[in-house]
Amino acid sequence: MTAIPPVSDSSRPEPRPRQLVINEDQEALRTAVRDLLSDHASWASVLARAETDAPYDISLWERLSHDLGVTGLLIPEEFGGAGGNARDLAVISEQLGAFVAPVPFLGSAVLATAALVAVRSEPVASELLRRLAGGETTATLGISATTVPGGVLSTTVQSVGGLLTGTVTPVVDLAAAEHIIVLTWDEGEPALYAIAPDAATAVVSAITPLDLTRPIGGLELAAAPGRLIVRGDPALAAVATALVTGAAMLAAEQVGVAQWALDTTVAYLKDRHQFGRPIGSFQALKHRMAQVWRRVGLARAAALAAADALAGESDPDEIARVVAVAASYCSETSVFATEEMIQLHGGIGMTWEHPAHLYLGRAKADELILGAPDQHRTRLADLVGLPGS
Amino acid sequence: MVDADVRGRIARLVDEYAAGDPSRPPVDRGAFLGSRFDAGLAWVHFPRGLGGLGLPRTAQIAVEGEFARLGAPATAQADNVIGYGMAAPTILEFGTAEQRDTLLRPIFTGEDIWCQLFSEPGAGSDLAAVATRAVRDGDDWVVTGQKVWTSFAHTAKWAILLARTNADVPKHRGLTYFIADMTAPGVEVRPLRQLTGEAEFNEVFFTDVRVPDSARLGDEGNGWAVAQGTLMNERMAIGGGATRESGMLGKLAGLWRDRPELRRPALHDRLMQLWVEAEAYRFSSERQRQQLLAGRPGPDGSGSKVTYAQLNQGSTALELEVLAAEGLHHEDWSLRRPTESNWLAGGATHRYLRTKGNSIEGGTSEILLNVIAERVLGLPREPRTDGSPTGKDVPR
Repeated sequence: MTAIPPVSDSSRPEPRPRQLVINEDQEALRTAVRDLLSDHASWASVLARAETDAPYDISLWERLSHDLGVTGLLIPEEFGGAGGNARDLAVISEQLGAFVAPVPFLGSAVLATAALVAVRSEPVASELLRRLAGGETTATLGISATTVPGGVLSTTVQSVGGLLTGTVTPVVDLAAAEHIIVLTWDEGEPALYAIAPDAATAVVSAITPLDLTRPIGGLELAAAPGRLIVRGDPALAAVATALVTGAAMLAAEQVGVAQWALDTTVAYLKDRHQFGRPIGSFQALKHRMAQVWRRVGLARAAALAAADALAGESDPDEIARVVAVAASYCSETSVFATEEMIQLHGGIGMTWEHPAHLYLGRAKADELILGAPDQHRTRLADLVGLPGS
Repeated sequence: MVDADVRGRIARLVDEYAAGDPSRPPVDRGAFLGSRFDAGLAWVHFPRGLGGLGLPRTAQIAVEGEFARLGAPATAQADNVIGYGMAAPTILEFGTAEQRDTLLRPIFTGEDIWCQLFSEPGAGSDLAAVATRAVRDGDDWVVTGQKVWTSFAHTAKWAILLARTNADVPKHRGLTYFIADMTAPGVEVRPLRQLTGEAEFNEVFFTDVRVPDSARLGDEGNGWAVAQGTLMNERMAIGGGATRESGMLGKLAGLWRDRPELRRPALHDRLMQLWVEAEAYRFSSERQRQQLLAGRPGPDGSGSKVTYAQLNQGSTALELEVLAAEGLHHEDWSLRRPTESNWLAGGATHRYLRTKGNSIEGGTSEILLNVIAERVLGLPREPRTDGSPTGKDVPR
């Protein structure tokens, strides 16, 4: 077991205003992703897939990779990636949230990729990055899905002579991963290893998920052969970077989920008639929708700030502050928006045939992944010098 | 950002008054602000010759920052909130050439304080129901009626006034917008004591007050449209806030940081929730500014005042809970007459009580939520029970 100590209690003002509107290139990327998802990720197809043996839409994932370069976006050009930044990636994340697209984006293109980029000069990392950039392979970060960015990193996985033993669960996008980046405790120091699932020593078992659109799994390692990526502090730093990047991308995804819930509910309130009038003309319901809209606007600004901090801020504490704000606010807003959607749809919102439940499940699961809102606020309290006691 | 030319103008003006030199006697603020106006450095988005340089609205922040950096006197904004935030932009948009030439400069210098005469006992959220009558008599209008919730009426030279000039047309169409002289015969100002103990507001009674037709702002019967413009400016003026931990949340965070003995575990997460929301609000305000700058204004501003009120009320309520025993003490119930809008200056109980008004003044949160639902989200209007009554048919 090992830990990254919490850092500093400074609350000094941020150094520059955040860039909080997307640029023209990002606008174009947004449109391209949206168009592709509109064509290939209808909610009906997502719902139909949810209970099958093929929970991931692999052909969609390949299109996202080949047509739009999603898998290589965060990867530097020297490894065949697009050399993009977190602001670009957030544009994609938001749209994938809006469609609850069943692709291993979070595990592979965000968490595993961000960890590998952080240690890109290591040979195993470079090799994996080259293959991830081209969409030839898929990976995930073998760490418990509820690990909080900036907190104490722990692992029960031990490596002895390159053989890994231990359990990691629940892990996002495990079933889609050909490579799992695992944090281990290796002869007295932390180390990152890459392992491949196999039926004998690295057993992946599916967990029936609350979120039908993002599979999770458990990983059981019994002397599984791993390839060492890096050891010591850089291993911890790589995981920490991946977690904070993941939290910022989840915030963007939550904005996409919340915006979809808002748009869908507003449309329903205009359409549905009771007592001889559209139910959207009742003030009690209008006010609820106006509150959702107001909070989605705040959440969007916070998510943009988090992506911008990751892309351009040099002070890691300031990045952590802005990401914690976004993670806390966007999580709660996404849950709020989807819960309001269910209630205001009345009976139809409770049915399996309506997609509302896919979004509710995504929102509630996202709230718990990479730190629940209160955990982000606890971390933030340390970073702004407002301790609990 | 402002360019070198504007920075040069600012530096020359400050030099001329030696305003940044602490060894010299203090600069006369009115004279300095007059020169700022004449140099086009008052409201830089106004046209040349009217206190501006025709720059984007957003350049104002940088201009104020530059004046502050050089040690120049502050503007008269805090003394003349209505003049700066409501009267000046409305006069610029709807005023005659003569009104613009004579009224704008003394607003900026703080020589003429302004107040706003819109709300009435029977016309609050339903502003179009105003009953104050203005009857044409030769070149004048004769105004009679009662207005309420008027800040600065006791210090104001001028008022912006909404009155009914035609009671026989639907209520929104019978209104006209005037500039009224608060020192004219027949104007009576009475303090309206509020729940803080002080009297920040007034009731204003007009009895046969003569207002010349030359003091009309916009066309006869067009008062509703002019008033909407004014209120839009008010809502824009109220929003904003640029630094982390500013305002009411800043007071709360400062208290928590400075007084460890007052910390209680169950209050901590509420503090952090407010901190997070205040930061999201700050990012949202900055985003609105950037959208404006990029020529793509978004609708998010409509929600800002609701958020602002909620944050202020949440922060001040929690501040009292943190203070516990000290929160039982109110520093002063005496009937005071504040001349400046500074809600941070008083004590914690004052903040708690005063911010209750934030969700009422300048459009209640409920009305603003209606506006969001109908104009932004396009939800259908609630069927109205008052139909579209003429001014004289408004139930009172």
